[in-house]
Amino acid sequence: MYKKRSDGRKFDEIRPVEAKVGLIKRADGSAMFRIGKTIAIAAVYGPRELYPKFLQDHSKGILRCNYNMMSFSGSGERVRPGGSRRSKEISMLTESALSPVLDLSEFPGAVVDVFVEILQSDAGTRCAGICAAAMALADAGFNMKDLVSAVSVGRVEDKLVVDLDNVEEHYEDEREVADIPVAIMPRTGKITLLQMDGICSKEQLSKAMQLAQEACKKIYEVQKKALMERYKI
Amino acid sequence: MGDLLVKDKELVIPGQDLATGMDFLPASGTFRDNDKIVATQLGSVSVNGRLIKIMPLNGRYIPKRGDIVIGKIVDMNFSNWFVDIGYANDAVLSSKEISVDYVEKGTDLSQYYDLGDYIAAGITNVSKLKLIDLTMRGQGLRKLTNGRIIKISSVKVPRLIGKEGSMISMIKDITECKIMVGQNGLVWINGPDGKKELLAVEAINLISEKTQEPNLTEKVKEFLEKRKKENV
Repeated sequence: MYKKRSDGRKFDEIRPVEAKVGLIKRADGSAMFRIGKTIAIAAVYGPRELYPKFLQDHSKGILRCNYNMMSFSGSGERVRPGGSRRSKEISMLTESALSPVLDLSEFPGAVVDVFVEILQSDAGTRCAGICAAAMALADAGFNMKDLVSAVSVGRVEDKLVVDLDNVEEHYEDEREVADIPVAIMPRTGKITLLQMDGICSKEQLSKAMQLAQEACKKIYEVQKKALMERYKI
Repeated sequence: MGDLLVKDKELVIPGQDLATGMDFLPASGTFRDNDKIVATQLGSVSVNGRLIKIMPLNGRYIPKRGDIVIGKIVDMNFSNWFVDIGYANDAVLSSKEISVDYVEKGTDLSQYYDLGDYIAAGITNVSKLKLIDLTMRGQGLRKLTNGRIIKISSVKVPRLIGKEGSMISMIKDITECKIMVGQNGLVWINGPDGKKELLAVEAINLISEKTQEPNLTEKVKEFLEKRKKENV
């Protein structure tokens, strides 16, 4: 029985969320997203011509994401700088989570670079990164069908929980944890990212997806407010 | 019946519903999803009769045929110049399209326009693959010598020009500068002295910062006249 979360949250409660848009002056678009102790910043550069040329797509522009954890972002141990198997995977899934909403047909043969940097990590960094990147792309003025909101849901022992923190992710009995990051297009409720680390039953999964939808709505409101704030008169 | 869900000039974000029903038509920055009209860009709503469009607040310049742009020569070969106009791809200016009558084969093109020169050029064609052709034949199209170049966001160009050029001609009158605005957001300013040029730069930056404010022309005029008195 999982009775109480370490920070006293309810099981379906997300950590405090904060978002800010337009903090990197030289970037075409930028945003910061904080959820609990996890902080992600995203910067968008481009569109610019893509080299090597054989990577170019002549029907539309290409989205290229780069996820990176700062060397000081871990809890205690220094994160080894440079790419890793994990960062490569998260870069790829950030791309595929964002490209369904992004319309780059105006920029054939070009690339849009999104750099996601994790300043501080306390679980849920890929979701925070996706939230920040979506806001940064909107800030850069690209055509987007929708925003993307992301959150991780999961199971700890018998309870379904929303927005796992580091304590829960590294629970003492790792067989008793399932971590499910979900990215959602808030307007339609369609899913652009779904992963699962651990095991849970079919019923638990569909229940968890409902929780994710609810949580993403809350995150969407924060993203929306931050974008509005940026251009308020 | 259709309902408008937002007010005119309201700030919206991508994915936000703007109107329901078939009475309204989606224009730039919006799309129709069944009976709803949805925004695809961050910007302010502009409702014109049945048309709903978004005036974007940020974004790259997208070249259109007929636009006058200011660009920098970044490369050249035997018969073409390549011009950076702030789009993803460089634009191409052919040696056949310059104002000189005839360019002999094998001429060194740098005697006309050299690397790093700024030119005002017209866009003659934008292909499907977004290859952009430029021309130097047309009124006011030339190499921009003297003066200075500043850059603003291309979405702010209509505001800088103003209704029927009201804003830009007011700045020209007060600062006594020659100013040329490219649709891509590059602005060339050439004044009788550096002080007046700087005044024009300040005014343009002010417009770029306060794009959404109402009565901007009046405010800029006030600002310019005040600054002018201080200086003289």
